[in-house]
Amino acid sequence: MRILETEHLTREFGGVIAVNDVDFHVEKGLVTGLIGPNGAGKTTLFNQITGMDRPTSGRIVFDGVDITGLPAWKISRMGIARTFQNIRLYKDLTVVENVMMGLHFKVGSDPFRHRFSQAIRSYVFASRENREVYAKAMDWLSFFEIDEHAQDFAGSLPYGKQRELEIARALAADPKLLFLDEPAAGMNPAETAHLMTVVDKIRKLGVTVVLIEHDMKLVMNICDSITVLNFGMKIAEGTPNEIKHDKGVIEAYLGREEEED
Amino acid sequence: MTVLSGGLSPSGSLLFISEKDVSTISLYMQYIVNGLTLGAIYSLIALGYTMVYGILKFINFAHGDILMVGAFIGLLIYNALTGGEAAAPGAWTIIAFVIATLVSMVACGLLGMLIERIAYKPLRNANRLAPLLSAIGVSFILSNGAAWIFGTKSRRFPYPFENEPIHIGSITITPHQIVIVAVSVLMMILLASFVSRTRMGKAMRAASLDQPTSMLMGINVNKVISLTFALGSALAAVGGILASFDFRVYPSMGTMTGLKAFVAAVIGGIGNIQGAMLGGILLGILEAVGAPLLHIPNGMKDTVAFAVLIIVLLVKPDGILGKNEREKV
Amino acid sequence: MLNFFQLILIYAGIYAIMAIGQNCITGYTGMLSLCHAGFFCIGSYATAIMCKTFGLSFWLSLPVAAIATGLIGLLIGIPTLRLKGDYLCIATLGLGEIIRNIATNLNPVGYNSIPRASLFGYQFASRNKVAFIILIWAFVLIFYVLFQQLAHSRLGRAMIAVREDEVAAQSNGINVTKYKISSFVLGAAVGGIAGCLQTAYTLTVQPGSYTFMVSVMVLCTVVLGGMGNAKAVILGAFIIQLISYLPQLTGLTNVIPAQAKQIIYGLLLVVMMLCRPQGILGRDRFRYGDPRTRREKLHDFFIRPAGKAREARHENP
Repeated sequence: MRILETEHLTREFGGVIAVNDVDFHVEKGLVTGLIGPNGAGKTTLFNQITGMDRPTSGRIVFDGVDITGLPAWKISRMGIARTFQNIRLYKDLTVVENVMMGLHFKVGSDPFRHRFSQAIRSYVFASRENREVYAKAMDWLSFFEIDEHAQDFAGSLPYGKQRELEIARALAADPKLLFLDEPAAGMNPAETAHLMTVVDKIRKLGVTVVLIEHDMKLVMNICDSITVLNFGMKIAEGTPNEIKHDKGVIEAYLGREEEED
Repeated sequence: MTVLSGGLSPSGSLLFISEKDVSTISLYMQYIVNGLTLGAIYSLIALGYTMVYGILKFINFAHGDILMVGAFIGLLIYNALTGGEAAAPGAWTIIAFVIATLVSMVACGLLGMLIERIAYKPLRNANRLAPLLSAIGVSFILSNGAAWIFGTKSRRFPYPFENEPIHIGSITITPHQIVIVAVSVLMMILLASFVSRTRMGKAMRAASLDQPTSMLMGINVNKVISLTFALGSALAAVGGILASFDFRVYPSMGTMTGLKAFVAAVIGGIGNIQGAMLGGILLGILEAVGAPLLHIPNGMKDTVAFAVLIIVLLVKPDGILGKNEREKV
Repeated sequence: MLNFFQLILIYAGIYAIMAIGQNCITGYTGMLSLCHAGFFCIGSYATAIMCKTFGLSFWLSLPVAAIATGLIGLLIGIPTLRLKGDYLCIATLGLGEIIRNIATNLNPVGYNSIPRASLFGYQFASRNKVAFIILIWAFVLIFYVLFQQLAHSRLGRAMIAVREDEVAAQSNGINVTKYKISSFVLGAAVGGIAGCLQTAYTLTVQPGSYTFMVSVMVLCTVVLGGMGNAKAVILGAFIIQLISYLPQLTGLTNVIPAQAKQIIYGLLLVVMMLCRPQGILGRDRFRYGDPRTRREKLHDFFIRPAGKAREARHENP
C-alpha cells in the first residue's frame, strides 16, 4: 500500500526547475532511499512534501489525503516528521526539552475537546502534564540510549548524538512517515554503523522511513526501495539491486563513457 | 499633459487647460522640484543603511543619529570659521562651508567606524537581537548626548551663499535646492565609481555577496566593514548638513529623517546601492506631492509617514531592485 | 527621601508589570517589539475614558483596558508579526508612534481628575503611597505567578521553540503564527493593565508621557534583568527606576543633566549586549523531571544556591 504519492510535482525557483514533474511514491512499512548527485532536488522534494515550501504545480497525497500546500505544522500533525540536513536542534535547550518539543501536540490533545479549552487545561494543569511529557521524552531518550545526557544542552552533544537526538525528537510525535535528510552526513564509520541499527529499530516500530543519503553502502544495505533523482527529474526507481545495475543511474553518477575518453 | 491636468484639475475638465489648471500643474511641478531636493537628501542617508545591510544584514539603528552629529559638527565649524548668521555670504563663507562639510564627513566617518568597532563588531556572531539592541543603545546615547551638550533648542544653518530664488516660468527654485541636488549627485557619482572601479570597492561588493568566500579570497572583511561604516557615516554627515538647510539642527532631527531614509532604502531594495538612490528620490517626490494632494493635516504627517513605512515593509519588503531572500531549510 | 523611595517602588512595580509583558513577547517568543509605550498608552486612555466618560469603576475599567489593548495588539499583530528581526523592530516602533499620534489628536490635553479607585470602601488617594505600593505589587505578584506558569507549560515551551528555531518548531507541529500572535496579545494586554494602574495612581493622562523613550526603558528593563526570566525582569525594573530617580535620590538635581538617565539606558543596552547578553540573572532554567520534592526545592532555594545543590547531588547521588 502506498502511504505517500506525489503526482507531477514541480518546483521552480525563478526559471530554475529544482523538481521537475516527479512522481515519487513510498510504500508503507518500507525504508525508501532517495539518492542523486548534489543539486538533484532531493531536499527540495522533501521540503515540498513536509510543507516547508509550496510546490509550483502537482499534487501530494498522504494516506489518501491531499496535503498539497498545507502549512508545515499541519502536515507534521498529520503524521509526517522530518530531520534536517544541517541539524536544527534547539541548541540552547536541554536534550530532554528538545524531545518534549517533539511531543508538543501529542500530549494534552484530546480530539473531543476544543483547542482553546485544551490550551487552558495545559496551562492550569501544567505540572501534571509536564510529568507526563517528561516521562515520554525520557522513554524516547532511552530508546536511543542518550538518556544519560538528558539534562545537557543539545548543542553540547557530539555530532552523531545530535543527529540521533533530532531523530528522537521527530519520532516523539509518533509519525507514520519519517523523513531523514542525510542522517549519516559527517558521521564516522562507527557512528554510521550505529545509525543503521537505529533505522532498523525505527522500522520495527512500524514507522515508514524515507531517507536522503550519499553513503551508498548505507543506502544499499538498509533500503528496500530506491528512487534516483537527477537535475530535478526522476531517472530510476527500484530495489537496490536494480538501481546498482541501472545504466541511467551509473551515467548520472559517473558520466557517460564516451565523455571519459 | 492634458490627461495629467485632468487628473489633478480642480475644475474637473479633461479637454482643455484652463488658467486654473495651469497654476495647478505648475504647483505640482513645484512640489516635484521640492520633492527632488528632499529625495536627494534621503538618498544620501539611505545609502548608509543599504551598504551596512548589504554586508552585515543588519539595520544600523544609530545611522539617523550620525546624520544629526554630522549636522552639528558642520554647523559648529561653519559658525567658528565665519562667525555664524552675521557673516555676509561670499567666497569665504562658501569655502568655510566646504571645509565644514569635509571635516564633518571625516569626523562622522571616524565616529561610524568607532561605533562599529565598539558596539557591533564583538556581536557579529551573537544572536540576531544582540546587535539590534546594541544599536538602539547607541542611538539613544548619541541623541541624548547631543541634547546634553548642545541643548534641545533647534538652530538654523545659515546659507553660505546668496539664496535669491530663481524663477523659471512659474516654478521657483532656490540656490540651496540646487546645491543640495548637486552635492548629492556628486557624492553618489563618487560612491558609485568607488564601488565599481577601486579594489576596495570590489572587495566591498564581494563581501556583500558572500562573506566567508571573500575571506578565503584574501579580502580583509573587517577592513571592508569598517570602510563601509566610514563611507555610510560620511554620506550621512553630508545628508545631515544638507537637510539642516530646510529642517534646522536639533538633537532628535535624525530620528524621523533617518526612519524615512530607511524606508527609502527598503523601497529601493535594501542592500542595493542604486536602489537606495532611486528609493530616496521616489520617497522625496511622493512625500512632497502626496501630502498636499491627499490634504494630510500637519498633525497627521508623521502618522502617515509611519503608516507608509509599515505598509512598505509588509507589502514590498524586497523593494523594487532587491532580490528575494528566503531562509534555506 | 522616603518619598522618592516610595515613588521608586510604585514605578518599579508599574514597569515590572510592563516588562513582564515585554518579556513574554521578546524573552519567550523572541520578537523584538518596540511599541510597549503604545500599549501603555492604550491602557491609560481606556481607563481614563471608562472612568471619566462612562463612569465605570476602576475595577471594571481594568478588564476593559486589558481587553482593549489585547484587541489592538491582535489587530496590529496579525499583519506585522510576519516580519522578522530588524523589520519587526522598526514596524513596531512605527506603530508605537502612530498610537501616540492618534492619542494626541484624539485629545491633545489628555484627561484630568479621573475618579479614584476604591476597594471595600477604601479610597486610593495619590498621597497615600503605601496603599498604592501594596496594590501595584499585588498585581506584580499575580502576573509573575501567571507568567511563570505559562513559561513552564506546554504553551510557553512552544513559544520558546519559536524563539529558538521557527523552522524546527513548525516541523514539531507548532503553529508558529498562532503562538507569535498569542504571545504578542498577552504581552500587549499586560502592558495595558500597567497603563491602567498608572492612571489609577496619577489620575491624569497626558499624551506626552508615552514616548519611544518608555518603550526603550521597558526593553532595557528586560535586557538588564535577563530575557526570558520573570524574576530577573522585576529586578531590572528596580534598577531602571533607581537610575531614573538618581538625581533626586542623591540630591544632585542641579548637577546631573536631564539626559543622564537616557544616556545611561543607552549605555546599559550596549554594555549588557557586549558583556552579559543573558542579563544579570540570566535565562530562567527550569529543570524538568527534577527528582527533588517541593520541600527540598524550597530548602535548596533558600538555604543554598540551586546550582551548587544540583552539583552536590550529581557528585554523590
